[in-house]
Amino acid sequence: MTDREPAVQVLSESPGRIARETLAHDRRTWIASALLLFIVVLTLSAPLYATYVSKTDPFVSSINGTTVIDGQEVSVLQQSTEGLRIGVNPIGPTWRIGSYALGADNQGRDVAARLLYGGTNTLLIGFTAGFLTITIGTLLGVIAGYSGKFVDSFISRILDVIWAFPVYLLSISLSVVLLTSGFKWGPISLEAGSLYLPIFIIGLVYVPYVARPIRGQVIALREREFVKAAIGSGAKSSQIIFREILPNVIPSVIVFIPMMVALAMLTESALSFLSIGVQPPDASWGTIIKDGLGLLYTRPLVALLPGLLIVITAVSLNLLGDAVRDALDPKARMRGAV
Amino acid sequence: MRRSKSVAALLSLAFILSACSSGAEDEAGSGAQAQEGALAAYDESKAGGTLRLVAKGAAGTLDPHINYTLQFWQLYQATYDGLLAFRKVDGPKSFEIVPDLAEALPEVSADGKTLTFTLRSGIKFSDGRDVTVADVKASFERIFKVSSPTAGGFYNGIVGADKCLATPATCNLDKGVVVDAATNKIVINLTGADATIKYKLALPHAVVLPADAPSKDAGSDPIPGTGAYAFASYDPNNELKMVRNTHFVEWNREAQPAGYPDEIVYSFGLTAEAQVNAIKNDQADWMLDPIPADRLSELGTENADQINVHTLTAMWYLPMNNNIAPFNNVKARQAVNYALDRNAMVKIFGGEQLASPACTFLPPGFPGHADFCQYTKGADTASPAKEWVEPDLEKAKALVKESGTLGQKVGVVVSDDEVNKQMGEYVQSVLNQIGYKATLKPISSNIQFTYIQNTNNKVQISLSQWYQDFPAAMDFSYILLGCESFTPGSDSSINMAGYCNKDINKRMIAAMDLAVTDEAAANKEWGVIDKDIMDEAPVAVAFTPKQVDFLSKRVKNYNFSKQFYMLVSQLQVK
Repeated sequence: MTDREPAVQVLSESPGRIARETLAHDRRTWIASALLLFIVVLTLSAPLYATYVSKTDPFVSSINGTTVIDGQEVSVLQQSTEGLRIGVNPIGPTWRIGSYALGADNQGRDVAARLLYGGTNTLLIGFTAGFLTITIGTLLGVIAGYSGKFVDSFISRILDVIWAFPVYLLSISLSVVLLTSGFKWGPISLEAGSLYLPIFIIGLVYVPYVARPIRGQVIALREREFVKAAIGSGAKSSQIIFREILPNVIPSVIVFIPMMVALAMLTESALSFLSIGVQPPDASWGTIIKDGLGLLYTRPLVALLPGLLIVITAVSLNLLGDAVRDALDPKARMRGAV
Repeated sequence: MRRSKSVAALLSLAFILSACSSGAEDEAGSGAQAQEGALAAYDESKAGGTLRLVAKGAAGTLDPHINYTLQFWQLYQATYDGLLAFRKVDGPKSFEIVPDLAEALPEVSADGKTLTFTLRSGIKFSDGRDVTVADVKASFERIFKVSSPTAGGFYNGIVGADKCLATPATCNLDKGVVVDAATNKIVINLTGADATIKYKLALPHAVVLPADAPSKDAGSDPIPGTGAYAFASYDPNNELKMVRNTHFVEWNREAQPAGYPDEIVYSFGLTAEAQVNAIKNDQADWMLDPIPADRLSELGTENADQINVHTLTAMWYLPMNNNIAPFNNVKARQAVNYALDRNAMVKIFGGEQLASPACTFLPPGFPGHADFCQYTKGADTASPAKEWVEPDLEKAKALVKESGTLGQKVGVVVSDDEVNKQMGEYVQSVLNQIGYKATLKPISSNIQFTYIQNTNNKVQISLSQWYQDFPAAMDFSYILLGCESFTPGSDSSINMAGYCNKDINKRMIAAMDLAVTDEAAANKEWGVIDKDIMDEAPVAVAFTPKQVDFLSKRVKNYNFSKQFYMLVSQLQVK
């Protein structure tokens, strides 16, 4: 028997588990994930929608095409019948599934089908370019930060050069050049107009935005006792990087993912809007906004809908990014609260 | 002979003419339309005010001997004069030639090689100096000294022109343009008879300028002229201002009528949307650029009385490079002709009220035009239909297979403005449907026209437009498809298709010669030549456009010359 207080139970949960639990209890995570999942599933259904619902090919001009509304065959592009009878307007939203529900664009193509296909391309480029940036950025950041000296200087100067250009200016310049001639370097060959070109360009221009913070973090980690101990015990550089450095960098990398994907997606949309991203007849949300620009007065939905989808997706990714950051770096959240 | 026009103007404006005779029915929405065929007597009470014109951009140099844009040619009608002029009236009579600085139409020698003019007395330049025969001779020499774009094409028939073309700086036309200051006589000697010389002498490149005008491109510096107005200032990035020529006295109302506005201000930098809004809000009086497609219905309904629509003798067409794959194969070219849905392109342009499907190289109503179409459903080269009805995709696909070009890559080069890009996207879709792998290459309107002419750029197919210089078949067929118009590696190779059929070329030259003595027979021959050319399908003709002029409510006295379009100086804003 003793009158001493029982010892306080020490929690021994891992940081990963804490993060997962924090994420699971964060409403932002669920809202953002649900929205993203909805959009991804929606865009992936594009071929099904085009084949079985709208029964149109969204990549073929259908200027003299027709559709059936209330049992009547009507032109997809309709000649004005009032006044001087000048001008031709694409059919507006019919709100009838399968009959140009969201209307047609100026090539007579189903806007709904193109919106779905466009989303597939935008998300594909956003995610792929985002991951490309993260992969290259992390690799360069870790190598530069851990190696130091000449290697660090060499990589840092290259990053400085890229950083010196405004992102959009660099993207536009590269796109204009590569869209004309394509890209060929050793075994890598990308045709002009290929979807891989915007992925490659966007993936490249954002590398410094990931690599530099990672490099800084690695430089700090290199001075920590556990890394010095590993070096002192004769561990190989690769072992130190993979066992000691990378596990400590991964949380930062994870925080970067949604942000970089959102940035890549926005950049793709901007480039496509400027006709130097996804090339016709392919679609992306950016190209559809461009198509809708010429229809702003008569068919504003053509431009508004892809814009709205871009906003929803970008906000979802940012919400998710914030939630992940707060979960992986509680101190940052506390600092933010203060 | 070669000729080019600035794309900016060609694309944006749809300026120049329409049929010199029949077919061109003009539909005018404006109640302010003038009487066709004659200008009303000058009404002093309507003079005054500032006419405000707006455009997306300026048209480059202000030099009338160099500028080759419809945008500025329209203004030159009120600022400069040549020995001859196109009659400045509304309607088809505007194709007729009248004496301008010359007292009368020229006396032509029996062999057609000598034209004799008498210069009017008492006409002054806007700087107050008298116009003399020396100015006339110097102006003809200046055409060569400044390397006018039509020097080699339109004026190479003047005796001595060949030497001037070889060494422009020292151009001397002592034998080609003989003048006598005592009698004011001007004799123009040609190396051979030219049925179209009267038209060429009435174009802005042959206007009379002071003898001391710079022997180089005057750029933004106005050169004094003899018209009712003078250029006061020009900033290509901002504004062009025209004011009344205080030394102007009307000498021939059909050639150079007195104008109504005190000032004409041309503002640059507004988008087409902004131009429409400016006119609707009474902040501008007329816009150069095509009305955006999504505003046409609205304006055609709400502002019908401010819209004027006119048929043009012009065409939108697709030159195919006859010298590189896949279009060095006649079947591939014919396939494109069969596949092209002209109605679809008409719809993109604004609908059936603004354009008509076309199949022939010579536009309807143009001298030499014959009704035929080999490339419509149910027709072929052996048994052409009367007109284009609908595309024949199956036949096109079969021809592509037969040609052995199936699956080849094709680049479609178009201007980057909205209408051209939409047309290009449609053409790309058609090419993909018939078995090619087509990509769209929109490039800046400022360079597209010269880019597609240069063989070094290896353009396979492009979208272009042609608006006549003057009402003669040679201005289409020979200029655009003659062997002499094809100059590999040059930005000025207006025969973009690179088509050169030596037999047909000989027949075209013979038809031009025949026109000197028998214009009707020559025109008949041009119709046959047109059919023979189109059998080989060097190009795919798409449609004939119409011109839409959108004016502010305050503008009155709208006159549409078939040759130079809206007569700017005749608009009344008071």
